[in-house]
Amino acid sequence: MKLPVKMTINDQSYSHEVEPRLLLVHYIRETVGLTGTHVGCDTSQCGACTILMNGQAVKACNFFAVQADGANIMTIEGLAKDGELHPIQMGFWEKHGLQCGFCTPGMIMSVYQMLERYPKPSEELIRHQLEGNLCRCTGYHNIVKAIEWAAEHMPAKK
Amino acid sequence: MATVASDRLFGKSIKRREDPRFITGRGQYVDDVKIPGMTYAAFVRSPHAHARIRKIDTAAAMRHPGVVAIFTGKDMTGVNSLPCGWDLRKEKNVPGVVQDLAMVPHMPLTSDAARHVGDPVAVVIADSHEAAIDGAEKVQVDWEPLPAVTVTERAAASGAPKLHDGAPGNVAFKWEIGDRAATDAAFKTAGAVTVKKRIVNQRLVANAMEPRACLARFDDATGELTLWVTSQNPHVHRLLMCAFVLGIPEHKVRVIAPDVGGGFGSKIFLYNEEVVCSWVSRRLKRPVRWTASRSEAYLTDAHGRDHVTDAEIALGRDGKILGLRVKTTANLGAYLSTFAPAVPTFLYGTLLNGVYAIPAIHCEVTGVFSNTTAVDAYRGAGRPEACYVVERIVEAGARAAGMDVADLRKKNFIPKFSGAFQTQVAVVYDSGDYGAAWDRMLQMLDYRKFRAEQEAARKQGRLLGIGFSAYIEACSIAPSKLVGALGAGAGLYESGKVRVHPTGMVTVYTGSHSHGQGHETTFAQIVADKLGIPIEQVEIVHGDTGSIPFGMGTYGSRSASVGGTAILMSLNKVIEKGKRIAAHLLEASPKDIDFSGGQFQVKGVPGKAVPFGAVSLTAYIPHNFPEGVEPGLEETSFYDPSNFCFPFGAHACVVEVDRDTGNVKILRYLAVDDVGNVINPMIVDGMVHGGIAQGVGQALCEGAVYDGQSGQLVTGTMMDYALPKADMLPMYETDRTVTPTPVNPMGVKGAGETGTIAATPAVVNAVVDALAPLGVDHIEEMPMTAQRVWKIIQGAKGAR
Repeated sequence: MKLPVKMTINDQSYSHEVEPRLLLVHYIRETVGLTGTHVGCDTSQCGACTILMNGQAVKACNFFAVQADGANIMTIEGLAKDGELHPIQMGFWEKHGLQCGFCTPGMIMSVYQMLERYPKPSEELIRHQLEGNLCRCTGYHNIVKAIEWAAEHMPAKK
Repeated sequence: MATVASDRLFGKSIKRREDPRFITGRGQYVDDVKIPGMTYAAFVRSPHAHARIRKIDTAAAMRHPGVVAIFTGKDMTGVNSLPCGWDLRKEKNVPGVVQDLAMVPHMPLTSDAARHVGDPVAVVIADSHEAAIDGAEKVQVDWEPLPAVTVTERAAASGAPKLHDGAPGNVAFKWEIGDRAATDAAFKTAGAVTVKKRIVNQRLVANAMEPRACLARFDDATGELTLWVTSQNPHVHRLLMCAFVLGIPEHKVRVIAPDVGGGFGSKIFLYNEEVVCSWVSRRLKRPVRWTASRSEAYLTDAHGRDHVTDAEIALGRDGKILGLRVKTTANLGAYLSTFAPAVPTFLYGTLLNGVYAIPAIHCEVTGVFSNTTAVDAYRGAGRPEACYVVERIVEAGARAAGMDVADLRKKNFIPKFSGAFQTQVAVVYDSGDYGAAWDRMLQMLDYRKFRAEQEAARKQGRLLGIGFSAYIEACSIAPSKLVGALGAGAGLYESGKVRVHPTGMVTVYTGSHSHGQGHETTFAQIVADKLGIPIEQVEIVHGDTGSIPFGMGTYGSRSASVGGTAILMSLNKVIEKGKRIAAHLLEASPKDIDFSGGQFQVKGVPGKAVPFGAVSLTAYIPHNFPEGVEPGLEETSFYDPSNFCFPFGAHACVVEVDRDTGNVKILRYLAVDDVGNVINPMIVDGMVHGGIAQGVGQALCEGAVYDGQSGQLVTGTMMDYALPKADMLPMYETDRTVTPTPVNPMGVKGAGETGTIAATPAVVNAVVDALAPLGVDHIEEMPMTAQRVWKIIQGAKGAR
């Protein structure tokens, strides 16, 4: 049995018939073909699959695709606009906040929400907010710096 | 040693050139590769730690919609065991062998018995990932469960269940290094203070964020097999798979390791899954893809460490170290992984000299088989285990002798040297100034001030502690002739090909492989400097046996020192040839041509010069060309170093232990590393940070735990295996001293593993120091979870 799903991902609409058990992350990666969202675990610890669903950072491995029917989704591929990197992306590049790059898309999407909630986070707050994202390469030091850099360079909210 | 001009890119923190694709989600990892007609593999794995296979019934699974084929070990006729690439045998004259390595078979799909939970016995191939998994669940295996042993110290005990016919008593090998008689004598020195401690280095899982994956595509028309695989060394994968396991022609196999999401050693080895998928693809003539779930990764990625050691130190009345005696049991798991026997022997025993002038050392190691996942190199591989033993026993010795742990170390450092220091454990150090790194660290720390603060805190009942670690690391293990004599089945050189295009653009093909190390940046810095061209004109290619000369890959912190030097050698050849072409164009003699700043110039005549781009164009349009010179501008080199490089440094960790909960909080972490000359400080700092986090992880939270009864891996998911998180770690305070190595022309040593080696003992020593007022003078086991520390506090004599 397959069910229809429709959703908007990075301002494009997609509709498919999918198995009810298909995870949203596999829908994004395999069905839609956006492979920037990664799968690093099977117990929702690593955060590599973090996306924005209706404005909220969620782990795409925690949803079935059918649960996202009608949702507005942004993945890492949708963050840079018109070839212009987002300040969070620039922060990670500037401060060497990544090494192998595998956790990075999920990190960045998670930080997107963090900076919406806390535009000027302290180091302690950043570290606490990264609770849901694992990185095995950087020891987090430069990720913290990248986020601080991004916070300083975010455009002022209108 | 080369001097490096200050206006060069060498030594500059150039932003990484690989980052734009990663921060925009455009990296291409193995699981991102899609091919039409692709099938999906799911493995049927043993749920038992040890069980005989009576029968495998695949009928029901074959009827499952979407299932294409199912294979068991019996179907894979003509396929050989996965090879072990390190042979410890007396007949090979490998030094130190006490009992020959038992070369036990490791079949890609086991057909007689499963020897650890997760051991694969069959593979289901289906049109979709879901159908493959469903099919695998329908394969019926008739198991006869057997008694199992997982505990390191019990594996070789009498009565332990036997894993392999070829390994009586589950002993894989026995090996020794150093001078037993001299060490025994040192311990009998009159007035010596001797301390013996049991030191356990627990089993770890590498946990690269990208799980292992492969995609095999056999092209029936050409007979070519392409294998995308998460590999740190694609040529090694290809050679082992073609020549040893499948017996297929190497030149018809292309192995591609594209973007790889971390390795830390776990992606060096040839694994069952990529061999099976390659074999199936040839059989079915269809592409076959497999990606590990994280739970599969825990069960099948080679684990690390797992040593149980009795270490003894003898100290003279003056605090000088007289001798070190080490007896280690190393758990190798159920099978021999690719380089498993090297890790607890030549990568371990040879580092027990540490940074100290120790007159006598003896170490004996017994490798044992157990019903656990195979153990092999994990970040540091043997060297962290050695450093852990040395740095723990040195502090235990200092406490027993009533000396300050910092003073005792300083008293025993090998004095500054360059060229050669012969250790008591075979290896010859290249250069070192251990006291300088140490002093810098103490200065950053303000050690005396800390001790005063600690004293004050203790009076308030607070448990504040400091731990140190003065480590040494061995990188770029070489030359090949030496490692061959030690039992290696491989050489340890590296390749580097420089292709100059007609327009002066340059593509470099390196045998090194980046899975986070940033080679596309650091190697390009070397090339841009040497050729005097903008870095934008340089492209670094790695990870594809289809375009790269045979290379050994990336592990053991060898890329800059070995891979980088191979590139440098090719650049020198390019310049030499360029000089001949330029000389012809300038109507001068090649020996009168200088090359600098991208210009070939007649010595002393600034006006008479041609730029690099003109020479490269001439090389490919050789109308006006010197006699006897071949057209083209492309050079390949293989660099085989003359010796290892030995980075070193001094780390310190300050912790506070919560007396009521046992929770350990890191207040400060300081690292002064000496990795020789540094190509890109930003990248080196990043590696140091990440290494520290992994070392802290072992000390505070990580550990692969098997249930002693059932043999199940209790820590089999990320929910159960505690990886370090951002809120456990501080900002690291780092600095460097620079002692270039005389071994290679750039004077670079290696930086990938230093943090991991240094951090673990520093953190554990700090916890011991924190608990000292309660009468604690040693802690045997890691990690220092709140529960363990709380129990230690409760059991301490000074607790109440």
